[in-house]
Amino acid sequence: MAKRTPAAKTSPKPAASAPAGDAERTLHLTLLRSMLLQRRFEERCAEAYAIGRIGGFCHLYIGQEAVSTGTLSHLRPDDYMITTYRDHGQALARGITPRAVMAELFGRIDGCAGGKGGSMHMFDKATGFLGGHGIVGGHLPIATGVGFAIKYRGGDQVICCFFGEAAVNNGAFHEALNMAALWKLPVLFIIENNRYGMGTSVERASAINDIYERAASYSMHRAMVDGQDVLAVRSAIEEAVGRARTDQSPTLLEMRTYRFMGHSMSDAASGTYRSKAELDEYLKRDPIALLRAHMEARGTLTEQVMQDMDTEIKAIVQDAWDFAEASPEPPLEALMEHVYVDTTSDTGNTAGAWS
Amino acid sequence: MAIITYRDALNQALREEMQRDARVFLMGEEVGVYQGAYKVSKGLLQEFGEMRVVDTPITELGFAGVGVGAAMVGLRPIIEFMTWNFALLAMDQVVNAAAKMLYMSGGQFNIPMVFRGPNGAALQLGAQHSQAWESWLAHIPGLKVVAPGTPYDAKGLLKAAIRDDNPVCVLEGEMLYNNKGEVPDGEYIVPLGVADLKRVGEHCTIVTWGKQVLVAMAAADQLAKDGITVDVVDLRSIRPLDERAIIDSVRKTNRCVVLEEGWYFAGVGAQITDLVQRECFDDLDSPVIRVTQADAPMPYAKGLEKAAKADMPKTIAAVRRALYLD
Repeated sequence: MAKRTPAAKTSPKPAASAPAGDAERTLHLTLLRSMLLQRRFEERCAEAYAIGRIGGFCHLYIGQEAVSTGTLSHLRPDDYMITTYRDHGQALARGITPRAVMAELFGRIDGCAGGKGGSMHMFDKATGFLGGHGIVGGHLPIATGVGFAIKYRGGDQVICCFFGEAAVNNGAFHEALNMAALWKLPVLFIIENNRYGMGTSVERASAINDIYERAASYSMHRAMVDGQDVLAVRSAIEEAVGRARTDQSPTLLEMRTYRFMGHSMSDAASGTYRSKAELDEYLKRDPIALLRAHMEARGTLTEQVMQDMDTEIKAIVQDAWDFAEASPEPPLEALMEHVYVDTTSDTGNTAGAWS
Repeated sequence: MAIITYRDALNQALREEMQRDARVFLMGEEVGVYQGAYKVSKGLLQEFGEMRVVDTPITELGFAGVGVGAAMVGLRPIIEFMTWNFALLAMDQVVNAAAKMLYMSGGQFNIPMVFRGPNGAALQLGAQHSQAWESWLAHIPGLKVVAPGTPYDAKGLLKAAIRDDNPVCVLEGEMLYNNKGEVPDGEYIVPLGVADLKRVGEHCTIVTWGKQVLVAMAAADQLAKDGITVDVVDLRSIRPLDERAIIDSVRKTNRCVVLEEGWYFAGVGAQITDLVQRECFDDLDSPVIRVTQADAPMPYAKGLEKAAKADMPKTIAAVRRALYLD
């Protein structure tokens, strides 16, 4: 069984003669729009953090948008996803409204977790968004458990589990992948290799640098993907999702990406553990600019369309800010709510009707 | 009313709840083909198949997390730890995931699951296999913690735990599995958070739970020979705590001994002592006395292990001290 794709996957190149059709244009505009929304949204997050509207830890996703957009654009509404504390972009890409995400960041009652989660803990049951999780590696076994539940119920859904490359060095990664492979569960493990676990580079943390090869230990399908190329991401996800749906086998995808900002708001973008020159080099591969250039070359995007989209998105983000600011803080009664539910399963379920 | 073992009582609870609800499954090390390290899951693989009685690799963090994930999307997992000692590897899932998911998600994701297995010391198993974790677990908002001491309570509490929509830790006892007791033939539930007055007396209250209930009952028998009668309040649930049962008993007897298997420092007994001094300050005729394991890792040597454990002689001595008899 061919499980290894040695060279980085790049986007499928359309034949030079094939003109762009409406479907291509529509899809690419959707992808562009999704990435641009995340970018503009998080630029305002940085601003909101600076003036104290957002507190605590805040980890921006800027630079990595092709991974969330390319992956989540291919999921069905009834699929699941779970991710790390760097979760704003993925929340937007999965379809949680900018209002609900911004209100959560502001700690307001209309946030997607009622103001109790904050930046690191976005949740949304309606879109199958099973949370941003704050302990590195901790959510990987949970993803395997969702895969187990899908198989248990006999469904054809998938779960996408995002995590950084630093997580591959802890035990939860090994335990989660081993069981997913052993039991053939429909889990997509997506490494966002942005090269740094906080300030420690992958070369200083992992005994192997091609970390998708870790999947060899579990005889699991694996590939390295250009995580700055949204079309390459989408294509890799399409293949992995297809495999998960049809024969319920898991895949490990290493998306090579880069965060353009610091680890968190207290960390400069460059200077201590990575150089300005390195950052500048990666900035040339901005995922939004790459798709934009591709679309312009294909004749599917004009300067005017781009400007209009940007203007519209900025208005959406401003609306999210205004909404969040107007949303009330949770009442003090909320403090002791949701520690426990006071319900029990009184009816049982012998019919296998899943809720 | 049948007389069955604690082990069989748990087995009945698992079987009945799995028959009742297709969402309930059992997962852990050796639960299937091996029939359970302590045979609690005997026969379940044959009845329910390998999708519902799942043997795992030795990967406590991993399969505890699998349970959390399955619970997030609608299943009702029972995660068996071969012993709670091994659950330390899974504590991130128990504490950071299972206990907090409901709260962090603003009420969207409750975690209806059970973590269960033997807790505390058996005989000469040494330091790493002889630990009682209830004070750790009960410390965490979002978890419920129960510790049945009899076959009747074991079955009724486990069934209640499986039906509860919150994560529940069920602390069993390796030394209890062979104990026999009366268990009704029909369906019953022991509600979480309700203590049981296992013995009625007038001179002192012994508050305890889990396998220490047997120690307390034996101590009560001995004390009765000297004309000293005690209330034995079996908490059954540590969280939620039946505060009313403790207060009512201490207000009646005016003296209180707390008997727990675990260590002294920051133990569950400290919590109960806090409650008693606040609620029964004017009722107390003597200070609350705690009987615990020695504040050291459990030694292997027989004599040292006996000296370390909270046993019947120490409990009797504590009651006599509370009565100013010694």
